[in-house]
Amino acid sequence: MNNTPKSSFKHILTAAFIAVLASFSVSAFAEETAEHHETKTETKFDAGKMIIEHISDAHDWHILGEGEHAVSLPLPVILYSNRGFDCFLSNKFEHGHAVYNGYKLEEQHVVAVNETGEVDEEATASIIDISITKNVATLLFSVTCLLWIFLSVANAYKKNPNKAPSGLQSFMEPLIIFIRDEVAKPSIGKKYEKFVPYLLTVFFLILFNNLLGLIPIMPGGANLSGNIAFTMVLAVITFVITTINGTKHYWHHVFAMPGVPKAVLIILTPIEILGVFLKPFVLMIRLFANMTAGHIIALSFFAMIFIFGEMSAGAGLGVSVVSVAFTVFMGLLELLVAFLQAYVFTLLSAMYFGSALEEGHH
Amino acid sequence: MELVKPAIGLIFWMCVTFSILLFILTKFAWKPILAMIKEREQTIENSLNEANKARAEMSQLVAKNEELLNQAKEERNKILHEAKEAAEKVKTDIVARAQKEAEEKIQMSFREIEIQKKAAIAEIKNSVGLMALEIAEKVIRKELKGNSEQVEFVNKLAKESNLN
Repeated sequence: MNNTPKSSFKHILTAAFIAVLASFSVSAFAEETAEHHETKTETKFDAGKMIIEHISDAHDWHILGEGEHAVSLPLPVILYSNRGFDCFLSNKFEHGHAVYNGYKLEEQHVVAVNETGEVDEEATASIIDISITKNVATLLFSVTCLLWIFLSVANAYKKNPNKAPSGLQSFMEPLIIFIRDEVAKPSIGKKYEKFVPYLLTVFFLILFNNLLGLIPIMPGGANLSGNIAFTMVLAVITFVITTINGTKHYWHHVFAMPGVPKAVLIILTPIEILGVFLKPFVLMIRLFANMTAGHIIALSFFAMIFIFGEMSAGAGLGVSVVSVAFTVFMGLLELLVAFLQAYVFTLLSAMYFGSALEEGHH
Repeated sequence: MELVKPAIGLIFWMCVTFSILLFILTKFAWKPILAMIKEREQTIENSLNEANKARAEMSQLVAKNEELLNQAKEERNKILHEAKEAAEKVKTDIVARAQKEAEEKIQMSFREIEIQKKAAIAEIKNSVGLMALEIAEKVIRKELKGNSEQVEFVNKLAKESNLN
């Protein structure tokens, strides 16, 4: 035999891996069919529910499997309510089946229950849920990655100053220079340097999470940059920076556009004031909608496989070929969108700063 | 509606982590990186400027060299020209002198010939005189014999005498 010991070991490992996977699926199948025979109720595949579940936040980080047999990483639940402070791991809920410390999981939301098991409306309303959810865990993961990447890049600059960049440094430098020269400089103007760190942080945080969202399994799988809370915080920070840095000229333009008759100002001023808030609002919606839409499309293609699969196995197989092809195409498109949306958010933020900083030149 | 309802927990964590991220990255990554990039860009720009300056200096030097070379060439041409002229002059001088000398020699020869000719003529004249005397003597002697014969005789004598 020409097989070296190393390659034969590899073969054994592969075989073992496949065997483990197969046994998992077989046992899952067996239990499922047994269950079906017992209850005689066919649970219909709900594409909408599946998609919403995938793009929403969760208290555990799903890895693989479905329903009762899902393998997932439990995440810490941190609650503050009128009952006080509470902190425990999410596997105590047993996917919404168990009550723990008077709390229960209902549709991925923590609700308070009383001794009889009924939902306690008053306590539920008072809950402030600051759990480390899937999105928060993704956020912490991406922040750690970004810190590691850019601190090591900064280190590379310190180690060999005035030399050509190498490795990770040479990958990041064009992006950094692009944000500085093509986004900050032309949009903001002379005082651009103050804003470059914020723009860079926003750009790389959005880009990293957009790309992370494209990875279907851990550490990806979360839809953080398509979450409205995430985009809202970034948009609010952009709004705050714009407002703080607004010059006299900027506010003058908002409240009383120069060279416009008083009668027109009655209409124009409310529009301008609305515009001040509308700009960050649009910023928030754009990123949220773009990233979420991408996830929904990819998931819809996959849902088609199961919808047709319920009709007949053959139809499911046939559709799966088309679905996979379309999902690959969408994945490539989303890759472009990941860069594009990070760029657009940064560019628009820079333009808002630029308009706030504008000095009168009449 | 679930999708567009921002969760308080994520907002809280987002504010906390983003602030930390922004602070640490600004202080320890962006500022040093941007400063280094700027420094490097300035170094590159300075180097380029210096290179341009050096190039300008080089071209100036080249132009100067060219000028020097041209000057040298001109000088050389001048010297050559002058030398040629001098040589020409010497040549014409020599030729003229030689011609003059030759002429003089010819003149001298002519004069010599003239003198010789005069001397010869004088000699001839003497000879002719003597000859005439001789002829006259002979004629006179012949006269005594017959007139016609004498005339014939004189003619014969005259024919014999070669006057050259």
